[in-house]
Amino acid sequence: MKTIEEICKIREDKRKELDLRVNTQSDTREKHILVCHGTGCTSSESPKILENFRKILKEKNIENVRVIMTGCFGLCAKGPIVIIRPEDTFYAMVKPEDCEEIINTHIIEGKRVDRLLCKDIDGKIVQSLDELNFYKKQKRIALKNCGVINPEDIDEYIAFDGYKALEKVLKDMTPDEVIDEIKKSGLRGRGGAGFPTGNKWELTKAAVGEQKYVVCNADEGDPGAFMDRSILEGDPHSVLESMIIAGYAIGADKGYIYVRAEYPIAVHRFQIAIDEAREYGILGKNIFGSSMSFDVEIRLGAGAFVCGEETALLESIEGKRGQPRVKPPYPAQCGLWGKPTLINNVETFANITRIILNGAEWYSSIGTEKSKGTKVFALGGNVNNIGLVEVPMGTTLREIVYDIGGGIPNRREFKAAQTGGPSGGCIPKEHLDTPIDYESLKEIGSMMGSGGMIIMDDTKCMVSLAKFYLEFTVSESCGKCTPCRIGTKRMLEILQKLCDGKGEEMDIYRLEKLALNIQRASICGLGQSAPNPVISAMKYFREEFKEHAIDKTCRTLECKAISKIIINEEKCKGCGLCQRACPVNAIEGKDREKRVINQDKCIKCGTCLTNCPFKAIGN
Amino acid sequence: MDENKELKEKRYTCKCGKKDEFLTKLFDTYLPIKDNLIQMLNEVQEHYGYVPKDVQMELSEFLKVPVAEIYGVVTFYSRFTLKPKGKYSISVCLGTACFVKGSQKIMDRLKERLKIDEGETTKDGKFSIEAQRCVGACGLAPVFTINGKVYGKATVKMLDEVLDKLEQE
Amino acid sequence: MEKDLVTLTIDGQKVQAPKGTTILQAAKKAGIDIPTLCFLKEINEVGDCRMCIVEVEGRRGFATSCIQTVEEGMVVHTHSPNVLEARHVILDLIISNHSKDCLTCTRSGNCELQALANKFNISTIEFEGERTKHKIDDVSPSIVRDFNKCILCRRCVSACKKVQKVGAIDCINRGFESCISTAYDKSLNDVNCTNCGQCIQACPTGALHERENINDVWPKLKDPDTYVIVQTAPAVRVALGEEFGMPIGTNVTGKMVTALKRLGFNKVFDTNTGADFTIMEEANEFIDRFKANDNLPMITSCSPGWIKYIEMNYPELLPHLSSCKSPHEMFGALLKTYYAQKENIDPKKIYVVSVMPCIAKKFERQRTEMQNDGMYDVDAVITTRELSRMIKQANIEFTSLEDTNFDSPMGEATGAAAIFGTTGGVMEAALRTAQDVLTGQDLKKIDFEQVRGEQGIKRATVNIAGKELKVVAASGLANAQKIMEEIKSGKADYQFVEIMACPGGCIMGGGQPIKNSKIRSEVDVRKLRADSLYSIDEKSVIRKSHENPVIKKVYEDFLEKPGSEIAHKLLHTKYYKREKYNI
Repeated sequence: MKTIEEICKIREDKRKELDLRVNTQSDTREKHILVCHGTGCTSSESPKILENFRKILKEKNIENVRVIMTGCFGLCAKGPIVIIRPEDTFYAMVKPEDCEEIINTHIIEGKRVDRLLCKDIDGKIVQSLDELNFYKKQKRIALKNCGVINPEDIDEYIAFDGYKALEKVLKDMTPDEVIDEIKKSGLRGRGGAGFPTGNKWELTKAAVGEQKYVVCNADEGDPGAFMDRSILEGDPHSVLESMIIAGYAIGADKGYIYVRAEYPIAVHRFQIAIDEAREYGILGKNIFGSSMSFDVEIRLGAGAFVCGEETALLESIEGKRGQPRVKPPYPAQCGLWGKPTLINNVETFANITRIILNGAEWYSSIGTEKSKGTKVFALGGNVNNIGLVEVPMGTTLREIVYDIGGGIPNRREFKAAQTGGPSGGCIPKEHLDTPIDYESLKEIGSMMGSGGMIIMDDTKCMVSLAKFYLEFTVSESCGKCTPCRIGTKRMLEILQKLCDGKGEEMDIYRLEKLALNIQRASICGLGQSAPNPVISAMKYFREEFKEHAIDKTCRTLECKAISKIIINEEKCKGCGLCQRACPVNAIEGKDREKRVINQDKCIKCGTCLTNCPFKAIGN
Repeated sequence: MDENKELKEKRYTCKCGKKDEFLTKLFDTYLPIKDNLIQMLNEVQEHYGYVPKDVQMELSEFLKVPVAEIYGVVTFYSRFTLKPKGKYSISVCLGTACFVKGSQKIMDRLKERLKIDEGETTKDGKFSIEAQRCVGACGLAPVFTINGKVYGKATVKMLDEVLDKLEQE
Repeated sequence: MEKDLVTLTIDGQKVQAPKGTTILQAAKKAGIDIPTLCFLKEINEVGDCRMCIVEVEGRRGFATSCIQTVEEGMVVHTHSPNVLEARHVILDLIISNHSKDCLTCTRSGNCELQALANKFNISTIEFEGERTKHKIDDVSPSIVRDFNKCILCRRCVSACKKVQKVGAIDCINRGFESCISTAYDKSLNDVNCTNCGQCIQACPTGALHERENINDVWPKLKDPDTYVIVQTAPAVRVALGEEFGMPIGTNVTGKMVTALKRLGFNKVFDTNTGADFTIMEEANEFIDRFKANDNLPMITSCSPGWIKYIEMNYPELLPHLSSCKSPHEMFGALLKTYYAQKENIDPKKIYVVSVMPCIAKKFERQRTEMQNDGMYDVDAVITTRELSRMIKQANIEFTSLEDTNFDSPMGEATGAAAIFGTTGGVMEAALRTAQDVLTGQDLKKIDFEQVRGEQGIKRATVNIAGKELKVVAASGLANAQKIMEEIKSGKADYQFVEIMACPGGCIMGGGQPIKNSKIRSEVDVRKLRADSLYSIDEKSVIRKSHENPVIKKVYEDFLEKPGSEIAHKLLHTKYYKREKYNI
């Protein structure tokens, strides 16, 4: 148990000690080697790197250097990442065997290891993180501590204003004032739908009931999105602190965080955070000497996307099949075990402490008129800088793709971006300048979603992409209501027919009719939004659907049954590179003669296309 | 609190007399309340690698939940499996980021080589295949994992090499 | 009261409804019949099928009218173009995954899906596609499951899990692969199913139905060497008429007997006579146990669904059960012994058919204990529904039949036996006999109102021969479970407990005519049928089992006295602990 005074003391002392983390001019003789321990970097052996550093430092008796594990830095494509503070040197794609050289050259000799420095897209060698284009347009609020602190050390969190917001709330604010502040900030739910967070809190507070609950939704199911996981892995205490604040505001003494079991690191770190907080008396009875009591438990999901839907999540916490409930009543009135329940997602919670400390005015100055603050996106797919980015609302898609994301690899063309995952839609080239906020995205047929942003280049077939998302929805539909259970299956069957060249023009109208009625009649958000990828793909790429249905062709190589690769006779110079590259010997022709593809043998892998130096092969 | 104590004392003792240490501990840790079903199943899955039929029966006794309902929960959540996985459990990520980067090709190749489908185990019990939705290593896309170890920026060639090695074991 | 009224507009009509009323109910009041499919009043109110969707102005998405409640000023459209199209698509989708062999389906003509298809004039299926395939489970002697006809409304699951607290079936798998099944997809015969058949009563389609035994009976009727005797349970006579369009609860005893004779049964007897025997044995068993304070409370044993339930779930309480067989089994045993001797018929040639409101009787019939000298007491059990089918197959115009009386001598029965068909009836009949036996008088006060009525659990203290007697009658297995827990924990101080597996008793049995969701919302089927039985009792000349002359004679000539050695051999049985699962 710690008193407020003791915590303040930790904050002061620790802050001085950790100044070098955020201040390149820091007056210290110490150095911190930060090794990213997000899932991406952990997968490529960052724990081994950390271990090697420590071992070598010990062998060499170097004392003023500490090796720290941190959460995700964001630029996953360059992982594993090592950063040395205070000078802020950024080493990318480090291997365990590079540690010796880094210590010898960087730490002992004071010179940079040039070969490990990161190159930006324009080829410029980057000395430090801030120089990267990737970071220039970002604004880190939810991710503020990610990559700065050791997520398994509560003192480091406290050092950077941790639990100060809770202290402020308990000492100086009434629950109504807290809710008011959140309302004024304009914060909206980051889980996808964008319901105003303050209003949700207000409704739950106003609901009648002795027992209330706070639930954190960390069942990040959108395939290709990992914002929430990174926050939990990099800064678990910020979520925990915000849950306690929410408990204070709505009058709950118990919280649950529902995390995917597929996120073992996040679960592990959050459990450590809970244990640490209990030890310090931040969780438990009479927090900071107030009358407030609060405790949090982790509940593991077991692999069902639908449990990201708030009422399905509640069912799952109750030990049942994750089948959504009909709303209204909303969880704010009738939630967990029938009690009023506040459900917010991880990223939403991660914003709360910052709003309390910096004020609603500060927060609402960021973003657009109706969408305040920042949004974290997991940028992936055909884009150079794959990783986690946090941008102010209103940033355009173009800025994200080209400035932050570094554009499309292999000099291909941008075709579309999918936001909102299986519930969202695609954004075509003509909308690249759309500002990213709740309303604008909705207007063009997509949605904010939880933050997955997948970029596609022109080799991608939109019919096949729509099919991919439908496959996902069909396999993840809970099966409770008819439109989603059977309707999405029928849509998938039609899309499969189109991709196999067995469709007809009428199928396009059937798809539309099904889509519309599934949207309208399904019980939950999963069902209601399941047709979105198809609807938006049909809106912007209707030509492609028609090609599949009527002409039975696919302009890319993805629908193998109906795509065809042809060698342009005029352009072929007879070099034979394609013939040598073909894995199935489908290319025929003698030396220096024009080559022909034997369509019976061709498996449409596209290898010849990439190997032709004269761009003579096409589809 | 007394009620909880009473519930705990009533905890299940194995019919056959043989005490499975894991189950004994499991029934010690949790109160016999229906809400705990999924948490307990998660531990069972973790421990045995699947959810054995007998354990479902014992959970039914312990939690006073019909076996049909437990079976309904087990078959709802994709993490729970009814059959043991292979010695090498291979998962291919079919999350969007990996899909866009061609993970389907990896999956197709895997199925072709092992001659089994997603969710199946080879006859010798050596390999099983699963489709996974986002491992979270999107920076390394496409990825596949073998018993949790992540193989990033995967290619069909890389998969073949890894399989060659494992098959020789 | 004014305050609690909400005013709303439905399809342009101003409607007032009490707060908490569902949109569906409010619309009903205004004469608007919103279609439903998964809705079953008080049993399954979940909103899964989406047929009942309506548009509410200002609300995003459709409202679910079967569960969402009215609000002040609400403007509802139940047949806007959007709603109509969505409903049409939903129905189309449901049918696309349904086997469409209506011609050969037992529920044809009484199928809620078929009715909707007619209502919506579905002529072609727009969204045909893959169908889920299921193996038909016909292993159980009572219930057949054909889930190719299942529409996943989950009414059966609610009936089994919520109403009966059995949970033999549940929803398994996910998404398109979802289906209703048992643990490990085993047959109902191998899991904790009690054969009560409430799932059949709940099913809107032909996915669940009884295992038919009509084709066992027809050949026997045609066989000149077989002496076929039929007996009919009390609850059958107040429900059979419904299958021929007569009002619910109509007493059709006379027409039923005529029809049975026309079908060619050699004798038509009344299970009520058997029930009078049951009372003789049970009341006397009770008196003995009461006096000796032996294994009290004593629990009735007439309901075979209940028997299987207690054997599986409370084996430690089996000694509390009365050892009496159920009425039709007792009666069957007497037919093959006493009656056969008396009429000089070779008992091996006698074929006893029981017409029952119950499908668990089909299971009970084939229990090894229900035999004597290697012969089953009863050879075939058919339900009320199956009897109606036989009558229809025999081209009998049921409604215009003359009345006939049961055959003698085994057709004579009391009012006490008639009320066996409803919850509390066995208790009341037993008390009538018990009080006379205990006091040695012919008491006039014979109506025990405390154990009548609709409640699932009816507790009462009755004064019999100067002694306070605590009794309870429970119907529905969820209520039975409550009473058993009371007994197990020692909190109960009852001396006599009546349990019937089906909520409301045999009149609501799994073999009775199936009433669709709409009727069940509007009419109290249980009450209509129960009232009819009480009125039979009231009009009976003899209303106490021990005063039945047939009973007196059989005891004099054959059985000696209640509880005698021969009575035990023929009329009593044993129970066994039973494993819930064989998986």
